[in-house]
Amino acid sequence: MSRNNNNLNSNRSALVLKELIRHRLFIPIAFLAFLLLINVFINPGFLGVSLGRDSSGNPVLIGNLINILNNAAELVILAIGMTLVTASSRGQDISVGATVAIAGGVIMRVLCGNETQPTELHAPIIVALLLGCLAGMACGAFNGILVSKFNIQPMVATLILFTAGRSIGSMAMGGLKPKAAAEFGYYGNFIPGFPIPTPILITIVVVAVTFLALKITNLSLYTRAVGINDKSSSLNGLNPALIKFLTFVILGLCVGIAGFVQASRVQTVNPYTIVPGIEMDVILAVALGGNSLSGGKFNMTGSIIGAYTIQTLTSMLTTLNVNTNAVPVFKAVIIIMLVVIQSPIVKSFLGNKFTVLKSTVGDGKERG
Amino acid sequence: MSILHNVQDTGRIEVIQNKLKRENSLTDTAFLLTITISLFIAIYALSIVFLGDKGFSKIQMFFNLFNENAALIVIACGLSIVMITGSIDISVGGSTALICTACIVCLNNYGFNFFTSLMLALAIGLTFGVVQGFLVAYLEIQPFIVTLAGMFLGRGLVALIEVNQIQVKNAGFEMLSGARILIPFLGDINKKGVFIQSKLEYGVIVAIIIVCLMYWLLRKTSLGRSFYAVGGNPQSALMLGINVKRTKFYAHLLCGLLAGIGGFLYLFHTRSGSVQQATGLEMDAIAASIIGGTLLTGGVGNIFGTLFGVLASGTVLLIVTAIGSQDPWWPQITRAAMLCFFIVLQSFICSRKK
Amino acid sequence: MQDTVLTMRGIYKSFPGVRALQNVDFTLCEGEIHALMGENGAGKSTLIKVLTGVYSKNAGEICIKGINKPHIKSPQEAQKLGISTVYQEITLCPNLTVAENLFIGRTNNLFVNWKKRNSRAECILQGLGIPAKPAQQLSSCSIAVQQMVAIARAVDMDCKVLILDEPTSSLDDQEVAKLFALMRELKSRGVGIVFVTHFLEQVYEVCDKITVLRNGELVGEYQIKDLPRVELVAKMMGKELGDLAEIHNKTQSNTNDSKEVIIETEGLSSTSGIKPFDFTAYKGEVTGFAGLLGSGRSECVRAIFGADKVTNGTLRIKGEHVNITTPIKAMKKGIGYLSEDRKRDGIIGDLSVRENIILALQVMRGFFKPFTKAQAQAFADEYISLLGIKTASADTPISSLSGGNQQKVILARWLLTHPNYLILDEPTRGIDIGTKVEIQKLVLKLASEGMSITFISSEIEEMLRTCSRLIVMRDLYVVGELKDEDMTQDKIMYTIAGGETQNVQKQ
Repeated sequence: MSRNNNNLNSNRSALVLKELIRHRLFIPIAFLAFLLLINVFINPGFLGVSLGRDSSGNPVLIGNLINILNNAAELVILAIGMTLVTASSRGQDISVGATVAIAGGVIMRVLCGNETQPTELHAPIIVALLLGCLAGMACGAFNGILVSKFNIQPMVATLILFTAGRSIGSMAMGGLKPKAAAEFGYYGNFIPGFPIPTPILITIVVVAVTFLALKITNLSLYTRAVGINDKSSSLNGLNPALIKFLTFVILGLCVGIAGFVQASRVQTVNPYTIVPGIEMDVILAVALGGNSLSGGKFNMTGSIIGAYTIQTLTSMLTTLNVNTNAVPVFKAVIIIMLVVIQSPIVKSFLGNKFTVLKSTVGDGKERG
Repeated sequence: MSILHNVQDTGRIEVIQNKLKRENSLTDTAFLLTITISLFIAIYALSIVFLGDKGFSKIQMFFNLFNENAALIVIACGLSIVMITGSIDISVGGSTALICTACIVCLNNYGFNFFTSLMLALAIGLTFGVVQGFLVAYLEIQPFIVTLAGMFLGRGLVALIEVNQIQVKNAGFEMLSGARILIPFLGDINKKGVFIQSKLEYGVIVAIIIVCLMYWLLRKTSLGRSFYAVGGNPQSALMLGINVKRTKFYAHLLCGLLAGIGGFLYLFHTRSGSVQQATGLEMDAIAASIIGGTLLTGGVGNIFGTLFGVLASGTVLLIVTAIGSQDPWWPQITRAAMLCFFIVLQSFICSRKK
Repeated sequence: MQDTVLTMRGIYKSFPGVRALQNVDFTLCEGEIHALMGENGAGKSTLIKVLTGVYSKNAGEICIKGINKPHIKSPQEAQKLGISTVYQEITLCPNLTVAENLFIGRTNNLFVNWKKRNSRAECILQGLGIPAKPAQQLSSCSIAVQQMVAIARAVDMDCKVLILDEPTSSLDDQEVAKLFALMRELKSRGVGIVFVTHFLEQVYEVCDKITVLRNGELVGEYQIKDLPRVELVAKMMGKELGDLAEIHNKTQSNTNDSKEVIIETEGLSSTSGIKPFDFTAYKGEVTGFAGLLGSGRSECVRAIFGADKVTNGTLRIKGEHVNITTPIKAMKKGIGYLSEDRKRDGIIGDLSVRENIILALQVMRGFFKPFTKAQAQAFADEYISLLGIKTASADTPISSLSGGNQQKVILARWLLTHPNYLILDEPTRGIDIGTKVEIQKLVLKLASEGMSITFISSEIEEMLRTCSRLIVMRDLYVVGELKDEDMTQDKIMYTIAGGETQNVQKQ
């Protein structure tokens, strides 16, 4: 009996170790740390941050880390929405890049009207932001209806906007390529006199609001419940279709904000080339964050860390002089590796030992 | 004996009832095929009537529809096959871009000729098919994720090979690619009143042969019927003794092979390659399959439907460009709208089936 | 009289923690239709799966046509040995033609002469009198014909043993008649048929012999004429007729002190196919829906809860007419429903025990009013200790708990909503005996505190112990209501069996 207990204890400690390794944040953090380490190895001054001055003499923070945090803004914001969509609908939205183009197009049109080089903004920036978000949410609602009402696989449903989105964005801008007045650029760069890039601030706000929303509403519980078992959920009074729809609209809101930040960076939008291939990055971020791409439980922190990891990878590849167009090769390889590890077949093949361990502990528990 | 008779009697009534039922049934492949074909004929007829002055009255316009879309027809056949099996492949655009650039580089710099470059194209297509098929069929990973990665991999590899747009500089290849078939007795009279015979590219012949071949494969062979069985209901297919995993693998393999051929036809037609080449080709192929009556849920579809799907969407694009040529966004939006319409229509059909 | 085609001797099969089959024998002769009967968990489907190679047995022997087959490894191998199965859900491909369904997957030959196959299919179909054309798409045939095509496929594969696993559950009377005609035709050709069904009438209409299983053990094999319906029910439920021992110490709940009506239905029916039924539940009373599996007992309560779409009839709660279209409306009116299939409709697997407990109450409270973690934890702790749920912590995913503890968590979920009317659909299925007793006690305690409860179980003894009134169902109809001194096992079984009461009294 005592030997049995000992056995159990050693099993338990082994389990604790396993738990740690299998902790949901282990893979994203380990991978991020690994990438940062490589970066430091390539460039010892990688982690340095210094205060410099920009062309107009305002103080700005300079450094690789700041760049990564800055450039990851859109990715982080989109990853938040994508995490919810993945959890509830068990699929991904591949139209985010195209819908960012729509939101960006709407924002530029609102700000510039029909002029190409307006000296002043045609509308308050807040109006542009709101309309951009509205456009994003409309796209989200479109996708959401297709998924929840018509029961179309999310990836197929979003294929429609994936095709049309960039053209719609171009249409929203009336085919012009306007450049908005400089003050619009504050939101994608720096607010004069404030040294931290504004996208970082926006990201912080969005992340904070997200976590607040997850705390003061039942979004998290409902989304997971629907994603894991929508039959049970509906017998518990939930409306799975409504919740799926809601997550798509939330992603649409994220798209609006991301479009705003992106448009503000260069005060213009080229709908056909804006955020190229970001849908892949976002999905990769969600997967890297330890989320199953087949839905259910989600880990928002993981997705956010995943997004920063992707950005670190991208900027590392750029430092290594890899062509921007070739970067997807590496990401594709990583995503394939991730899904292969996640696949149930591979898991059961690799995890045989672990299951044996688990079942003995389980038996012990039942006997007790 | 009397029982048997009875059964047969009621049987006759039932057959009649079934016939009625069948005629009303929307799920039939033939029904969707009819829609597509009549759609194409109607669109084309209308455009001849209303847009005759924009070139639709010319016979060459009709042949150009084939000339422009030969590669797409072949690739869409591949997509129809994976979609009938209940899977999907969105990597075909990426692999097409990769095939074009890789073949051009080899043709220009490594002394490849027409046939060796064809082999290279087939090899690339097959590799995509085999790897993706393995991941989807045997590791049971979502086909969308696998082939999304494949799509980015294909395009990324193009950038690794050659960043700039490049042209074929190989006399033999250019000669073959420039060759045209002159259609006897058919042609148009140009402004000067000279009769010009209609021309068809050789790629179209390949495409038509492949359509016929695939039709035969899907209709008449066990493998083809297994594709339908697996797509219709994988559990049942398993119970009927079909090797479901292998069937899925073959579907992806075949799609890869057809993407290889299609990619080569694309190169044969355009003679150039770039990172952005064939963007959205996968979408066009999926749209053509869907318009042609292939159900996204699998199990229903017809290769001739796909052919007409390509032609119908090609015609719509021609019309859109003929009408609103100054706005560059209409073609894509029209395509998406068509796709949306057919996806929703399918969803209705599926829910009716349940 | 006939040659035996299949003998199974001393079959043992166990799953981790469960003995599914113990020393089961089964014999099938050529040209006989043999019913395999038993309630839920009796081991019917396990036995069939052992025979068809889905499971491998732990011990015992299987002889087919006198040849010993130690192991049947896969359904394909079983088919080669001449054992074919036709399941309740059609396992053909509806998008293929009838002929293709008959022949696909049977050879590895890539190229097929379909013309030849179509004419061959025509022969088979005509020979069996199946009203279908070879080139017809299968989905355009009725369910019954599809079932017949599945049987034709089996027959054409030269099957000696044909297993029909609940083939009639989705057929109407005419279709059933056609299917029976086909079965008799096959019987005359010498095929041995194993027929699994929940419809007693059908057993007596078409079968020659009955084998009854209970709790994984063989009860016995009987000629159909030797076993009247009521005895069959008794055998399936494990009660001897006249065995009244336990019933005397049954606690009658206190229905007389308050007769306040909680739930009242009038002619309620739903899309699930139940026939309109009337039902009344009083405060502080435990009612039960008795009947065999598939008799419509779950469908009744699902209609009350709004889980199936109600097509007709009215529902009153405390005298007030209500229109319940979704579960949330029912919940807000104070109805709780613990669903029948715990894994599919009850637990939310990856969520923690705590979240599973608070889910229903949380949904009722609304989207913008989540419980704080402390509140949720308090609820969870309260019910974990109240119901004695064995879990490592409230954070443990519910899927890693044992079946009994999962059920307690779901029970806690509904108790937390403090319903006036609680429906428990098979709350004790597949859980250990200790937990069963705990749940029964809890049900009585809740009723004494004034809750109205409906309790559904396959075990009649359990129903007798807990319920004070029983609604008896057969084949989607309510066929009787029993209370007080009428609530005896005999009476219940007579009512479930229906129509043969006199027959038994004669004996």
